[in-house]
Amino acid sequence: MLQFDFMRYAFISGIFISLICGLMGTFVVARQTSFFTHTLSEIGFSGATFGIFIGTSPLLGMIIFTLASAIFIGFSGERLSRREASISVFSGVFIGLGILFLSLSNKQANYATNILFGSIVGINLNNLYSLICLSIFILIVITVFFRQLAYNSFDAIGSQYNQRFNTLISIIFLALLALTISITAQIIGSLLIFVLLTIPASAAKYFVHSLKKMILLTTVFSLFGIWFGLYLAYITDWPVSFFITIIEATIYASSMLFQRVTTLR
Amino acid sequence: MNSIIEVHNLNLSVQGKQLFKNLTFKVPANKLTCLTGENGVGKTTLIKYLLGTFSHPDKETKLNVSSQKTQYVPQLRNLDAEFPLNICDFVGLGLKKSFLPWHTPKERILLEHVLNETSLTAIKDRPLGAASGGEKQRAFLAQALCAEPKLLILDESTASLDKNSKYSLMNLIERLVQTKEITVLFITHDPELIARYADYELKLAKQNGQLLRKDRGSHVTI
Repeated sequence: MLQFDFMRYAFISGIFISLICGLMGTFVVARQTSFFTHTLSEIGFSGATFGIFIGTSPLLGMIIFTLASAIFIGFSGERLSRREASISVFSGVFIGLGILFLSLSNKQANYATNILFGSIVGINLNNLYSLICLSIFILIVITVFFRQLAYNSFDAIGSQYNQRFNTLISIIFLALLALTISITAQIIGSLLIFVLLTIPASAAKYFVHSLKKMILLTTVFSLFGIWFGLYLAYITDWPVSFFITIIEATIYASSMLFQRVTTLR
Repeated sequence: MNSIIEVHNLNLSVQGKQLFKNLTFKVPANKLTCLTGENGVGKTTLIKYLLGTFSHPDKETKLNVSSQKTQYVPQLRNLDAEFPLNICDFVGLGLKKSFLPWHTPKERILLEHVLNETSLTAIKDRPLGAASGGEKQRAFLAQALCAEPKLLILDESTASLDKNSKYSLMNLIERLVQTKEITVLFITHDPELIARYADYELKLAKQNGQLLRKDRGSHVTI
């Protein structure tokens, strides 16, 4: 299977995606902003179609759209993004825009399915390079601001009073989330990004309780899901995002079971 | 008397409602001052205003302490029963001097010391969500202590605690004031605690404040 270039690229990108999902997923789950992650992925979809429409790459379109919305949400306060009504409004408008751009751009429907649902043949060498560069950039920013991001994510109220530049840190986090969504979408599709950003970390928190171990275990869960999913997709020719979702859901179910058993004891 | 906070003729209103008019007071340094007043008098608002003057200074307020050396422990934190992080790492979030993603050896020693001081060492690996109310308050306090503060502002930290946890927390705070040269400003409603622990009481009423010296003569400190 690894004699094919596209499989090698997919496996390599899996490493970077899971590293980033390990870090960002842990923060996303700590902040309890899964809904916002959901909305951002829909924004990512419309960004990707916008990219196709104006003739640049879908990735660039995604980055522009998700970054702009992340910064907008950051300045108007994260509370806005938690309101049920504004979530529906955001999702609706951006899916609508996505449909519009797609129909205006006259591209075949399989373009849309690639963006929405991901694909193992979706990554070529150029995609891989931009994915790696972006991943390294995200990792550097997280490393530099790690403490501030952790404080901001795990103790929103405490950091609000006791951390300098806390609003700026929130905005940096949202911008990182936007970039994460843009690169993760390439393999799992924009519709199911939240699977990798929320499920592994939600499962990990039932098994371990230190920050370091949570990040590590989340990374392992993501990597296992992506690699095993890629393998199963290769041998069955079924969609990779289906397998990743099922694997992560199974991990989550076993974490619930684990928690039940440990509390019973 | 050295003071850590000096406020002179401050007028403060929130959403059109005047809370304070010509408010003038000082908070003595290295003492435990209780901030008291009826609900809605503006205790928390005043504290938030004072914290805001670090980034937006005004001429009515003078703080003789830096923002990094000031820690505010808010009354409520939105941590549910499933909050996953263990006590050790939650407390460690308060270590802010270094920019490295991991803790330096010096910080690890400080963290250990703080956990010890707040009697959290035995339960440091337990998730904070599963801790009792008293343990949570000690963890919040411990997180603030990681910044090695000079001014510690506690907002009704004892409000939800039973008698034993309340007194053990207060004894701990009293010890900090005596041994670490920390000034504590403690928002509370509890007359018993004020009588027993307060060096001063800053009483807010009728848009103004009054600093009263408290006699703790009957209470023997340890």
